[in-house]
Amino acid sequence: MRSYRRDDGTTHPPLLSPGYRSTVLRAPREQFVLLPHTLTEVTGPLLGEGRVSAEDSDLTLAPGGEAQGQRIIVHGQVRDADGRPIPHTLVEVWQANAAGRYQHRWDQHDAPLDPYFTGVGRCLTDSDGNYRFVTVKPGAYPWGNHPNAWRPAHIHFSLLGRAFTQRLVTQMYFPDDPLFAYDPIFNSIRDEKARQRLVSTFDLSATVDSWALGFRFDIVLAGLDGTPTEEPHDD
Amino acid sequence: MTELGLTPSQTVGPYLSIGLPWPDGPEVVAPGTPGAVRLAGTVFDGTGAVVPDALIETWQADPAGAFGPETGFRGFGRCPTDDAGDWAILTLKPGIVPDRGGRPQAPHIDVSVLARGLLHRVVTRIYFADEAEANAADPVLATVPEHRRSTLVAVAAPGGYRFDIRLQGDHETVFFAI
Repeated sequence: MRSYRRDDGTTHPPLLSPGYRSTVLRAPREQFVLLPHTLTEVTGPLLGEGRVSAEDSDLTLAPGGEAQGQRIIVHGQVRDADGRPIPHTLVEVWQANAAGRYQHRWDQHDAPLDPYFTGVGRCLTDSDGNYRFVTVKPGAYPWGNHPNAWRPAHIHFSLLGRAFTQRLVTQMYFPDDPLFAYDPIFNSIRDEKARQRLVSTFDLSATVDSWALGFRFDIVLAGLDGTPTEEPHDD
Repeated sequence: MTELGLTPSQTVGPYLSIGLPWPDGPEVVAPGTPGAVRLAGTVFDGTGAVVPDALIETWQADPAGAFGPETGFRGFGRCPTDDAGDWAILTLKPGIVPDRGGRPQAPHIDVSVLARGLLHRVVTRIYFADEAEANAADPVLATVPEHRRSTLVAVAAPGGYRFDIRLQGDHETVFFAI
């Protein structure tokens, strides 16, 4: 039976990262128990078909109007660590509007809401693992973590992958954000190279003349264990 | 083949309810399905305060122990916590699933907990109090320190079972490295 390669501890941020204050009372403190990859862990929800319509990948269009802000295209490929594309997998995104305000009752930031921007999008990757969204560039926004704290502009990404082990929720950032150095969430990822994988790149080839800037954000989920298995994987 | 660097995890943040809940997320099976049980609980932080901005996701076998679209059973549940830190799903009790060596595992549900303040999901498992014999023989439970095993066992409650999640502190839920 297949199993998935475990993170060697250098990629994902430590759960207890006190610079990000909310981790202090929420990060578990006890030792984790190693979970073998049984059938429950190597299978996963293959959902999305029927849950997603073509319009769901365009966040700029709402009934009655169009979102304010810098129109952008965000695209990329979802693969596993061995480079295999992950086809037909659900990609869910949510983000603040161009002014840096979320459409959420808890967000009281003094910035305008946009009646034509809910900030939610979803799509399925194609047969080669590619996804594409049209949206507006989210604004930076202040938060209560420490005095004068601002989050760099980001888009939240959620991926189901093909197996429970591959589940990932992350944030995509934009190139050259001056707030990177001050953000404890971004910097909770200890490894500089791993951190840079969350920064999208400007992509002229995806940019549409006179219409929208393109950014590329590729995503890599856990790969299969290299050891020979008694049963070939069927992905 | 060159190994690609994994994409690191980041927190879902406080506004996950904009993007992640589905109207039918908590319904692994439709209301009225014969045998459906309500699995519900509360998420607590290290001070015992409820966590109103978490998301619980569940993944499990069908009652025959099978997975996949061909079973006709979705197997996946998703429910955000409410202002009281409560979540609930409607599902069927899973069957027996073998471990890697072919030994039977007690009925169990894999759980991901995502929340503001969690930089990566944490993973736990739900077992069932009315499966004492199967639990006693379960190869995964056997690797959990005995005094902590009860944190993984859902107890009888009206219409189904209750499973609370304590992220930290007294009776911290057992979490797994996956």
